Amino acid sequence: MFERLQSGLSDALRTLVGQGKLTESNMREGLQLVQEALLDADVSLPVVKDFVAKVAAEAKGERVSRSLRPTQQLLAIVYEQLVALMGPIDHEIKIKPSGSVVMLCGLQGSGKTTTCAKMSRMLRERGASPLLVAADLQRPAAIEQLKILGDRIGVPVYTEPGESDPVALCRRAVAQAPKLGANVVILDTAGRLHIDAELMRQLEEIDRKVRPDQVFLVVDAMTGQDAVRSARAFHEALTLDGVILTKLDGDARGGAALSVKFVTGVPIKFIGTGEQVDALEEFHPERIAGRILGQGDLMSLIDQARRKLDQEAIAEQQKRIMEGEFTLDDFRNLLDQTARLGPIQNVLGMLPGMGNILRALESDDVDAAASIRRIRGIIDSMTPEERRKPDIIDISRRRRIAAGAGVATHEVTELTRVYEPVADMMRKMASLSARGRIQMIQQLSRQMMSSPESLLMRQKKGTGKRLGSAEKAALRKQRERELRRLKREKKKK
Amino acid sequence: MGLFDKIKQGLKKTAQILRTDIRDLFKTKGRLVDQAFLDEIFEVLVRTDMGVQASQQIVDRIAQKYNSRVIEWGDAVTEIKSHLKELLRQPSVPLNFAPDGLTVLMVCGVNGCGKTTTIAKLAQMLKGQGKKVVLGAADTFRAAAVAQLRSWADRLGVEIVTGTEGSDPASVGHRAVAAALEHGADVCIVDTAGRLQTHQNLMRELSKIHRVLGKQVEGAPHEVLLVLDATTGQNGISQAKYFTDAVHCTGLVLAKLDGTAKGGVAVAIRQQVGLPVKFVGVGEKADDLLPFDTDVYVDGLFDD
Repeated sequence: MFERLQSGLSDALRTLVGQGKLTESNMREGLQLVQEALLDADVSLPVVKDFVAKVAAEAKGERVSRSLRPTQQLLAIVYEQLVALMGPIDHEIKIKPSGSVVMLCGLQGSGKTTTCAKMSRMLRERGASPLLVAADLQRPAAIEQLKILGDRIGVPVYTEPGESDPVALCRRAVAQAPKLGANVVILDTAGRLHIDAELMRQLEEIDRKVRPDQVFLVVDAMTGQDAVRSARAFHEALTLDGVILTKLDGDARGGAALSVKFVTGVPIKFIGTGEQVDALEEFHPERIAGRILGQGDLMSLIDQARRKLDQEAIAEQQKRIMEGEFTLDDFRNLLDQTARLGPIQNVLGMLPGMGNILRALESDDVDAAASIRRIRGIIDSMTPEERRKPDIIDISRRRRIAAGAGVATHEVTELTRVYEPVADMMRKMASLSARGRIQMIQQLSRQMMSSPESLLMRQKKGTGKRLGSAEKAALRKQRERELRRLKREKKKK
Repeated sequence: MGLFDKIKQGLKKTAQILRTDIRDLFKTKGRLVDQAFLDEIFEVLVRTDMGVQASQQIVDRIAQKYNSRVIEWGDAVTEIKSHLKELLRQPSVPLNFAPDGLTVLMVCGVNGCGKTTTIAKLAQMLKGQGKKVVLGAADTFRAAAVAQLRSWADRLGVEIVTGTEGSDPASVGHRAVAAALEHGADVCIVDTAGRLQTHQNLMRELSKIHRVLGKQVEGAPHEVLLVLDATTGQNGISQAKYFTDAVHCTGLVLAKLDGTAKGGVAVAIRQQVGLPVKFVGVGEKADDLLPFDTDVYVDGLFDD
């Protein structure tokens, strides 16, 4: 009672001094920090302004968590928005069984030729048969470069010495591809400036006449403010399907990623991380978001804020449990948090009883992480109603849940068996006095020390009697060897 | 003043007004230097890629000088321009030649910034000045880099020294200088492989090339040019720092300035690393290289 009063008072006080909610004035400092960080990371100014305005509008009025300062709360929101904006993740290169054409384009020196080679290697690893087409007839020795790279990775390269029209060359290459046994054709086009009307027209002509299934823009991660202009121009001319960000193995913050995603809206598919032909990785927005905000102070502040928010969620839950509510959702969160918080010691005492369960999980030869994953999977497959009232789970529901989670039906039963004693305990505890709670925990600990596995999901294990065929063979071999040895010894005697 | 003169003057005035748009007309009345005005200036500056720090410095300058006064937008821009021109000012002779004998130029930069094309343009320019040029193709790493430079050498009719792919770039540099000395050339330009400035082993390799170039000719290399892609943002500062640490760069070549990028990071580089811009690249043809002109460049920074 006193606790609640206390926290209520401090909340009121915070609201009075204007810290309770995010407002224009308490966000100003944070927004300024964010704007500078984004500009320093080379995010284009119009994008920065738009992004900051959106975050401010969305964050305004949001309740500030008790453990955070407004700036920290804001930064956590910024990070999440940044990740959301650069997602969703899409690493697919769609290939039709009848054969596909992929075209790479971009400014000079953005890394098209190298990326073509990397991509062909990746496609081959995914089971396709690529054909590289040297359609950069502009830059001296670009054809030789692609040929050498193709040789190095064993991907055929289509060239036409003496041809000066890339449109005709691409058309013939695509026509030839099936005969060469290829089902993906990758066009390496010449680098060009987005304001070079003639060369942009040429690119549009390739797009119109060769009809590539996928058009990717290759963007140098070091690009500055100009990224929006060039990306928009290429997108308008060709309607891009994806972006590849290159040269991310350096120390560029990669703000161009945000700019390009913002103006084109197409997914960033891959990132180039080196000069070797295997240095093409899938794009992950969290990593770039961290990079854009800077590995320094801002990002560590954000990490801190996110950690604190996690802790608050735990405290919130603890409160609800104390009030006698404990659903399967709570159970799931509990497991999540314990898994995320890492060291078990941190979790010990955070929730009554749970520490022992996890200690048991650790000490036993049971894979705790896998077990938690399975439990989560099962709970995730339930309807909200089932999570609130597990009693309604009958055989047909159980089957549905099991199918959804990819587990056996008996494991669903098993989960309710594990959950019920915990929930019972939680509910009982809420009605007890503080002294009663301590007594109960002690009693519970004793009980669990004697049989910790009672609170665990039973996992099927070998009985120790049945052996696999390999083991049987090994045993047989050993027996035979033993027999031969005995025989030899007999003979000697 | 005669009647006719007055009419003429009047007409001139009208013509001037007609040529300016309404926005400018409003501006000629001047504006109060307040936060909104300063923010606007900041945005104009940041758009050039000169970075938050350099932009803020300039804004602070304007704020200090004109705070709460009414000035014309044009005056503010003029003030900024003269400040930048002063900052970027440099000797009018861009290249530092050896007092007598062979001059050695080394060219470096990150991948894809335009090194090889810049070298071709430099060779063309020097040849036009009546100098005999030898090229050293010390990019032995990237596929077909040697072929790319060779095709330029053939086109321009200059001599080139090459090595096989994967061979030691320093030795190619050494042989290039030796060949230049032997043939009595005036200038030897050594190309190097593109590398990201954070790759320490590659930067050490670059230092080695730099050292080797100095063994045969006193004071060589006389110029170490860092080629910077004009579309580069704030990473340009890091490039300038690391390359200068490794090979004592003497100047920048701002390549690909024919696009819409302004290469404003050169301002931040001048401030923080001290490197002057020596040339600008404005196209893919051999004669698309111009000596850097501070006035033209600074004026261009604010044209849109």
